[in-house]
Amino acid sequence: MKLELKFFASLREALKVSEEKITIPSSVKTIADLRIHLFERGGIWAEVLANGKSLRCALNHQMVDPSTPLQEGAEVAFFPPVTGG
Amino acid sequence: MPIRIQEGDFNLSAEIAALRKGDPRVGAVVTFLGTVRDMNDGSSVKGMTLEHYPGMTEKALQDILDQAKARWDIYQSLVIHRVGSLLPEDQIVMVAVTSAHRGEAFAACEFIMDYLKTAAPFWKKEDTPEGGRWVDARVTDETAMSRWEKK
Repeated sequence: MKLELKFFASLREALKVSEEKITIPSSVKTIADLRIHLFERGGIWAEVLANGKSLRCALNHQMVDPSTPLQEGAEVAFFPPVTGG
Repeated sequence: MPIRIQEGDFNLSAEIAALRKGDPRVGAVVTFLGTVRDMNDGSSVKGMTLEHYPGMTEKALQDILDQAKARWDIYQSLVIHRVGSLLPEDQIVMVAVTSAHRGEAFAACEFIMDYLKTAAPFWKKEDTPEGGRWVDARVTDETAMSRWEKK
């Protein structure tokens, strides 16, 4: 499955990447799976995506839960809790 | 447009005038204006940079306005949120709501602001004497939003 990843704010700064096109193996089915898949890259990825880090995720511009299934061609964004207003 | 994300400043009076123009049903306009403080979490703040998620931000704000419209008897609503570099005392955000009576407009305006704080993808990075610092989300914002969840 092909996805377009986006990273914002402190995540974007730590990872030094704002977007990335990625092809994931078929075993990666949900947002939670994707987080683990990226975590397994190690280094800074393991640090910022570790369990217990407060992260939010959006699938095609909608805030979603970790159990949400991924979709072919989706835009998936990871970011810290929002602080606007 | 009821939703605007922009770097430039806005004129509160002009925005309110435009929002209620030509609608004699309106008997109440409630506005909220958020501004940049020079102090946060014990550090002085020299300025801040606001980042957002283009594409998602507009949808999230539209969804918040739609929810407000469905819950209260309001006519027009408007959200303007600035992004980019801001200084203490600058205007950051305005919300305006029109209705026939104040009660509906007060409630809808507060609801929109509480939801924006937890659901709209904006992030603040403060410039402090200790360096750049991403602002942490506040538990009090989550608490404020949870008040609106339907029992």
